[in-house]
Amino acid sequence: MPDVAREEIVAAIAVLAVVAYAVLGGADFGGGVWDVLSRGPRKADERAAIARAMGPVWEANHVWLIFLIVVLFTAFPAAYAALSVGLFVPFHLVLVGIVLRGGAFVFRAHQAHEGARDAPAGHAPASGADGGEAGAADAFAIDSAPARAWGVVFGGASVITPLLLGMSLGAVSCAGLVWRAPLAAAIGVLAVATCAYLAAVYLTVATSGELREAFRVKALAASAVVAVLAGVALVLTRRDAPHLWAGLTSARAAKVVAAGVGVAIASRAALVRRRFHVARALAAGEVALLLVGWALAQQPYLVYPDLTLSRAAAPAATLDFVLATLPVFVVLILPSLAYLFSVFAPRRA
Amino acid sequence: MLDPLTAARAQMEVSLGFHMIFSAVGIALPALMCVAEGLHLRTGHAEYMNLARTWAKATSLLFAVGAVSGTALSFELGLLWPRFMEMAGATIGGAFALEGYAFFLEAIFIGLYLYGWDRLSPRAHAAAGVVVAISGTASGVLVCAANAWMQAPRGFDPGAPFRSPMWLPMATHTVIASFVAVGFAVGGVYAAAMLRGRRDAYVRRGMTIGLAVAAIAAVAQLASGDVSARAVAENQPAKLAAMEAHFHSARAVPLLVGGLVDADRDEVRFAVPLPSGLSLLVAHDPRAEVGGLDRVPRGDRPPVGLVHAAFDLMVGCGMALLGVAAWFWIARLGDARRREERDPPRLLLRALVLSSPLGFVAIEAGWIVAEAGRQPWTVDHLLRTRDAVTPAQGVPATFAAFVVLYLALGAALVVLLRRLAARGSAGARGA
Repeated sequence: MPDVAREEIVAAIAVLAVVAYAVLGGADFGGGVWDVLSRGPRKADERAAIARAMGPVWEANHVWLIFLIVVLFTAFPAAYAALSVGLFVPFHLVLVGIVLRGGAFVFRAHQAHEGARDAPAGHAPASGADGGEAGAADAFAIDSAPARAWGVVFGGASVITPLLLGMSLGAVSCAGLVWRAPLAAAIGVLAVATCAYLAAVYLTVATSGELREAFRVKALAASAVVAVLAGVALVLTRRDAPHLWAGLTSARAAKVVAAGVGVAIASRAALVRRRFHVARALAAGEVALLLVGWALAQQPYLVYPDLTLSRAAAPAATLDFVLATLPVFVVLILPSLAYLFSVFAPRRA
Repeated sequence: MLDPLTAARAQMEVSLGFHMIFSAVGIALPALMCVAEGLHLRTGHAEYMNLARTWAKATSLLFAVGAVSGTALSFELGLLWPRFMEMAGATIGGAFALEGYAFFLEAIFIGLYLYGWDRLSPRAHAAAGVVVAISGTASGVLVCAANAWMQAPRGFDPGAPFRSPMWLPMATHTVIASFVAVGFAVGGVYAAAMLRGRRDAYVRRGMTIGLAVAAIAAVAQLASGDVSARAVAENQPAKLAAMEAHFHSARAVPLLVGGLVDADRDEVRFAVPLPSGLSLLVAHDPRAEVGGLDRVPRGDRPPVGLVHAAFDLMVGCGMALLGVAAWFWIARLGDARRREERDPPRLLLRALVLSSPLGFVAIEAGWIVAEAGRQPWTVDHLLRTRDAVTPAQGVPATFAAFVVLYLALGAALVVLLRRLAARGSAGARGA
């Protein structure tokens, strides 16, 4: 086995946390994007389906971000400090988005649930139907007046947060952490589109009938937008971030990126052929591969060009401590997450 | 315009002061929820299930706000204090990592609990609640280690926070305070319902569970407070002297209650002295010597007036709550001896309502004692707060934005919770 430094192992864990957050938490943001974009006679049903899918899992999905931040400041404190200073404004905007998104989501679910209790017969949730708050936040109640106000906040914050998180991620590759650089902006918009794509694909599995068709169309539309934006981001990378371009075209990263592109094409094909479970797995795999490819291309920089992994790393004792806690994670958290997802998995028709 | 340091401190105070309420609820309300659900499993009484469901609804609102405001804090540590995190991240990060695992578990099982009423068996559902309660408490205990290291640092390795002598006293005091605050708040909700004329089993049992937890915690807090005071005296003498507004080192030192602190002249006016009180408190010896602020260079002293007032407020709230809890249980045990169940007298109900926010007031005041009492240091004798602050421009603006954000969120929550409290009782009355 080649000599792998501790900080590289910890960085790999951080990248996996980014992947998990993007694939799981990203879809929750995407749900909010579709909440904003919902139009037409099915909009309340669509919003209710999104809320039902997110309700039990969004908080657990959100913790990946906290996990990532903690790994960052524990294992790479210099990078965390540099990012905190350089991305002071976008990070604050991200926080406003996170606070409003989470608050508005539960407030709306609560009001929709309470509203549904007052609903005329036939609209009220059957007692105990699907239990929890948003589970009962049915289509009748989710667009009632007070709930809708929170819905607007929820949707708006669900767009702003991944946009700024994406811009921050892009800024890491732009010298000087310029988060408003064209490349960073392109990555931000790409992040929003990717979240929307993931959400729509996942929702095809969680719904049926007309609703499923509606999400399939949305997913196909989003996938086209993602493809275009990814092309724009690549062009800008070549122009504005030569080190990242060189990384992306290096043998190691290029293989992963090429695999990601292949999986992306396959996920679209599965959507076209209505193989929804396959499309879901491939869509998640596509995002994971492209993020890993990006991370390999960005290596060894954490913050270009000032901080490499080894320069930003904490002392060996701290890195060892982080690695030593991983069995706790594997034994306690991963099985619990699997249990959570299995309990609330959409039942196959 | 605020200077950047003042604005950064203000933003941290607003953010933590806000988050703390929700983290206290996240520690204690799931435990109450479990007690109610457990009693339902055991007795089959429907009121207990209604209570568990109402408290679960409150938890779903409060936990989410706690989770997102806690996320904000994990960013703000760096956004406001990058030099601190650069220096200390590798040391306190281990505590945060373990806290993060506990929080991960809590977030997973709260999803199972809140949405799993009909998907899990009754026992599995109750067990999910127990995991939420345990992991919530564990995350509170673990995160206190990071703070304890700032109060009394011992080494720089990732295990150092757990060797800080302040860790266990602070963690215990904080966790118990959460139970005190939530227990009395819950009790107050049902006392208010009784004052409005509701006298059903739902209200009665809700009040009993709240006040049982509150009373046990309030008594335990006496012992924990004693341990904490002595730990502070030993490890942070400047903070102890500020808490007690104790300027001049001496033997047989009285405990000063209240008073106006004049930090320029090293005087306290109009305070009520309890003879030898401070010597007894810190050394359990009426004639013990207690070091005063005269041993601390002026530039290294905490804000004495603030810390002393906050300490008195915290202790005052704790004592008032103990008194109310004693009143409630004496009345209750009297009823039990007479073998009749009567409603508590109106005066007692009013006292319960008035005292219901005091547990949270005590938490905020105690936190001011802990953190303002640590000043001017971010990490005791290692890093000054003014050297930790961000060089970024715009902190006054972000401070203002967070004030507006949290005021709006807090106001919306209060409206929803008030309605839930009213409906929870009304729904149960019909049941």
